[in-house]
Order: sequence, then structure tokens, then C-alpha cells
Amino acid sequence: MIDNFDAPDGPSIVSITDRVKLTPLGSGVGSVHFLGDRAFFVGAEETIAIVTADGEITRTETHFGAILCAASDGKRIVTGGDDGKLIAIDAKGETSTIATDAKRRWIDNVALHGDGTVAWSAGKTAFVRNPKGEEKTFEVPSTVGGLAFAPKGLRLAIAHYGGVTLWFPNMAANPEFLEWAGSHLAVMFSPDNKFLVTAMHEPAMHGWRLADNRHMRMSGYPGRVRSMSWSAGGKGLATSGADSVIVWPFTSKDGPMGKEPAMLAPMPARVAVVACHPKNDIMAVGYSDGTVLMVRLEDGAEILVRRTGGAPVSGLAWNAKGTLLAFGSEDGDAGILEM
Amino acid sequence: MAEASQKIPVTVLTGYLGAGKTTLLNRILSENHGKKYAVIVNEFGEIGIDNDLIIGADEEVFEMNNGCVCCTVRGDLVRIMDGLMKRKGKFDAIIVETTGLADPAPVAQTFFVDEDVQKNARLDAVVTVADAKWLSDRLKDAPEAKNQIAFADVIVLNKTDLVSKPELAEVEARIRGINPYAKLHRTERCQVGLTDVLERGAFDLDRILEIEPDFLEAGDDHDHDHDHHHHGHDHDHHHHDHGHGLKHYHDEDMQSLSLRSDKPLDPTKFMPWLQQLVATEGQKILRSKGILAFTGDDDRYVFQGVHMMLEGDHQRQWKDGEKRESRVVFIGRDLPEQAIRDGFEQCITS
Repeated sequence: MIDNFDAPDGPSIVSITDRVKLTPLGSGVGSVHFLGDRAFFVGAEETIAIVTADGEITRTETHFGAILCAASDGKRIVTGGDDGKLIAIDAKGETSTIATDAKRRWIDNVALHGDGTVAWSAGKTAFVRNPKGEEKTFEVPSTVGGLAFAPKGLRLAIAHYGGVTLWFPNMAANPEFLEWAGSHLAVMFSPDNKFLVTAMHEPAMHGWRLADNRHMRMSGYPGRVRSMSWSAGGKGLATSGADSVIVWPFTSKDGPMGKEPAMLAPMPARVAVVACHPKNDIMAVGYSDGTVLMVRLEDGAEILVRRTGGAPVSGLAWNAKGTLLAFGSEDGDAGILEM
Repeated sequence: MAEASQKIPVTVLTGYLGAGKTTLLNRILSENHGKKYAVIVNEFGEIGIDNDLIIGADEEVFEMNNGCVCCTVRGDLVRIMDGLMKRKGKFDAIIVETTGLADPAPVAQTFFVDEDVQKNARLDAVVTVADAKWLSDRLKDAPEAKNQIAFADVIVLNKTDLVSKPELAEVEARIRGINPYAKLHRTERCQVGLTDVLERGAFDLDRILEIEPDFLEAGDDHDHDHDHHHHGHDHDHHHHDHGHGLKHYHDEDMQSLSLRSDKPLDPTKFMPWLQQLVATEGQKILRSKGILAFTGDDDRYVFQGVHMMLEGDHQRQWKDGEKRESRVVFIGRDLPEQAIRDGFEQCITS
């Protein structure tokens, strides 16, 4: 499908900016998710804009206030807000309130499980609700920084200060605690369920091999890692935070231990968002200067999707088939590209 | 990166239990000032004003993983600031209320060490509300109260109607023994002008214009500078009567130290010395500030710091006729005074 990549050290970059359907939204984008072939731009506040591949925009009101987090399983998007609400939006664009925090606390994090279970957090408390509506809570010692479900079984990773707690909501067993000093924010399992990684408050990532809890330190970033994405098949973990995409190799049983990461697509700006293609070894990269590139993981060859300019890119997503790419920025510029 | 003026100002409101923080907060919010504040509080329900943007905090103090033992930040504030930035434009300023027992340093340090927080917000001032009746006692038995006084840019000495004039003079002298540089306002029920506590720019390098004890600016022409080295140290808490009615206390463990030089400083000596000093003594040094005249440099250099964190820059040209004098102030606990004075002397260009 995409075969016109530029040679990595070529004199000029292949541009497909003219093929992008621009869809300015007028207000800042927090994240982008595809439900079917429509891109759902979750705003920083209140609304979700639904955009078709033809650039047609419809809007749905959600939270009364800021949208603090969003997660999608491809069938629905669930968002948490500073209005204390957890709201789901389906592919038709219909919304329903899943939960309202009794104390109207901010809903800081949300995660979705393939079986329809949803997890969210407010302050130090993590909540899990299964499709039958049964709810369970778990308190960690400090504010929850991030949530992620393991790809197998019902197991929730709760990142917080000092490490990650692995909780099995359906089992009486004590939760497992993976310790590492510092404040852990975003958390992710590898697709093969063998590794767990966190993005920390300091400019570094940390990881554990789950078989033996061996540590993996991934540091050297100039800025905080705010975006992580597994490449197709989980071979590599692409991360933001530097002026090139840092891709950690996860092909061997040791993960990135003792290995150097690949540093792809260097630019005179910070990488803000990364989104790996669901099937092919390419990724979309958004920068703090507004640039969007498509980058081939194998050799770093680049295609220009959006020229430099404007606010930092804040959302990037592929549809499940990998035929559509959507991007959005902090000042509401957005676009959709059909491959 | 946003210019300083576009960054949202953050006021840190501290004060020991019962001093009147909530009274001041309610006053700020109820005043007809046409401004919207996002308020980060510890206890919901104490604020008597309806406001969308009152956020409950957990006061989680985290050690940074950078090997610096005293480098602590408020983890919950990082998260709250992230969320608040999504509502940028909906409020003009942020007020962070700390608990009565809190050390203000982690709050202040959050605004220095976190890149994202720093990009969007700037620390405006640390405002400490003190209880005129009970502060003297608390300074004896509560290290937190002393920290809050030492750290303050503005001190609201509240409940002055509950004490006699000599008692008021006594408590003010005790405050000045710890921190002679903060602006002090005497109030009843926290009746203080909002411009006296908000938009102070106390951490703005451009506004470090003068470093003088507050009471000098109040029109008192005596030199109250605590140049302790002129007399022997007898830290037994009695006051020196300097013959003009003002009591001088030397706090046993918290002091301010002022250094001054008419001769220019050697930047190749001063900067390494200062960095070394805060690296080794940063736990003791709560606040530092300086205006510096360097050899062969026509620009004033200013710096300020919180514990081990320093920031500094050239500010502007020395004006014609302006006295090129260097002034450095440290406020801290058990400061190694003689070593600091000797070190500073070594930096003076001979």
C-alpha cells in the first residue's frame, strides 16, 4: 500500500500532504480513536468530534468540563472527566454515563478489557466494573498514575508512586507489587504478556520481565515520555520524549535489556505522539512543532503527512485495518488520510 | 514556550493550623475582582464559595529520582496541573492551599523541576498566614510553623486584635528574627488588600529589584541588617535591645544571612561556589536570592533558589550612577555562617 518511502538519507522527503483531508475542529484535541472507519477526536474539553474519511464532522457533547483520559477497545471509547463522570461513546456516537464519582473527584485514568470490563481511577482508588455491572475497588498507597489490563486473564496493572500493583479483581489472592523508586505514570503490557513497562514522571521508562520481575531501565530521554505504542506484533515499543522516536527492541526473551534502542526520524522538535500501524512495520509520528511523519521502522525512511507549523500534535490513530490515519493538534487542527 | 506573562501565576498559601488560611481564601474568592481562580485545597467543604474549579489534593510528596535527597515535589500537583491545563483560559490564576503541617518547599519545587508544569505556570509567591496570638508558641514547638515563616514572601500576621501592642511587637520581632525579607501585613480576620497577596512576582527574576529587609522599606532608617558577625553568638534566645525600641531575636536554628560587597565578584569563582554551596548545604538553605555585579560585566545578574534548585539570569544593564553592589541573602536552618562568609569573600575580585 505505501511503497513510495524516501530513502532515509535522501535529499528531500516524499510528501503526501496533498492527500490529507484537513478537518479543522476549532478546539484542542486530547486524543484520537477509530471506531470503525470514523475518527473520534476527543477534545480537551466537553466534546467529541466524529470525522468520516470524507472529512464530514459531527459533534457529541460529553463531559461538563475537561476530559482527562480516554481509552478505546475499537467498539467504544470511554472517557473520564473532571466532572467526576465516566462516559462511554459507541460507534454511532451515542453516549451513556457508566459511573459518577460519589465525591465528584476527577476521573484520572481509564482502561478497557476485551471482555467489556472497564477500569478507572480517582485519586488513590482503582475501580473495576465487569459487563454485568459488578463493581470492585482497590486502594493503592498513592495517586494512580496509569491503568492497563493484561492481554490475558482479568489482571489490572495500577501504576503509582514507587511501582506498579498487579491486581486480579476476581481472585482473593494478594495483589503483586512490582517495586521501583519514583513516580510511575502511564503503564502498558507487551502484547505477548511477557513485559510490563511504565513511563515515569522523570524522563525515563521502566520495565519488568513478568516471568522473573527482572528490571529494565530505559532512560536517556530529554523529556517526559507521554506516548508509547507497540509496533505490529509487539516487536518494538516506540516512544515519545526525544527529538527522534526511540524504539526499544522486544524481539528477544530479554526484551531491551542490554540493547540500544533505535532512534528514528530525528527532527528539530520533540516527538509528542507515536502510533504504530496495526499490521505493517510503520508508524505515524507527531512532533511538538506540528509536523506529522510516517516512518518505516526497518530503516527510518520518512513520508511527510503534515508540514511543520502550529501547535504540538496531540492525537494520532490508525483504524483497525490500517487504511486510515487521523491526527489532531493542541489548537484543534486535524486531518484524516486514506492510504 | 510561553512567555512569563502568559504563564498562569500560582500562589502558595500556607499557615499553621487555625491561623486563618481558609478565611483568607474565602476572602480572595468572594472579593469582586472579576478574576477566576482555580483553587487546590486539601479539605473540601471548608470553602464557602461556589466555584467550579475547587480541586481536592492529596498532598503527596514525592522524592525525585535524580539522586538529590531534598528534591521533593508534590506528585498530586503535577497531575492536577496537567488536568487544569486542559481548561486553560477558564481561569486567571491558581491558588494552592497547603495543610497546616506542610513544608512549602515541595510545592515550590514542583514549579521548578517539572518541565510541563514549568511550561504553563509560574510560582508567584508563598503567602504565609500567621496567628499573632499563638505564633510565638508555635515557633518554639512546631518546626513546620517556622519553615512556613522562613519560606514566605508575604506574611499575613492575622488576629492582631487578639493581642496587646507589646505582644504584637514581640511576635513581629520573632518573625523578623527568622525572615526579615518577607512583606508583613498586620490583619484582623485576614483583611488584607488582594494586591498585597496576589500577583507579587516574588519568584520573577525581573522583579528581584532590591533585596532589603522589609522594615527598611517601611521607612525605618536604622540598619537592622543582621550582620551577626559583628558580635559573638550567644544563641540563648534573649533579645538585644539596640536602643530604639525594636526587639531583635536570633532564632536558635533558623536564620537569614546577608552578604554584601562593593567590589565586583569574579563570576568564574562565584558561580561554582554558589553551586557547590547549594549542592552541599541545600537541605539547610530554604531560600536564596541575589543581585550580583560581576567583574567586566555591565549587566546585573540575578538569581534565586529553593533548596538545591537555582535559577539565574542577566537582568538588565547597571544604570549610570547606580551603585554596583552585590547582595546575596540566604534563609535557612543552622547555616554554616562563617564558611559561607569566607566562601563569599573568596569570590570578590581583588
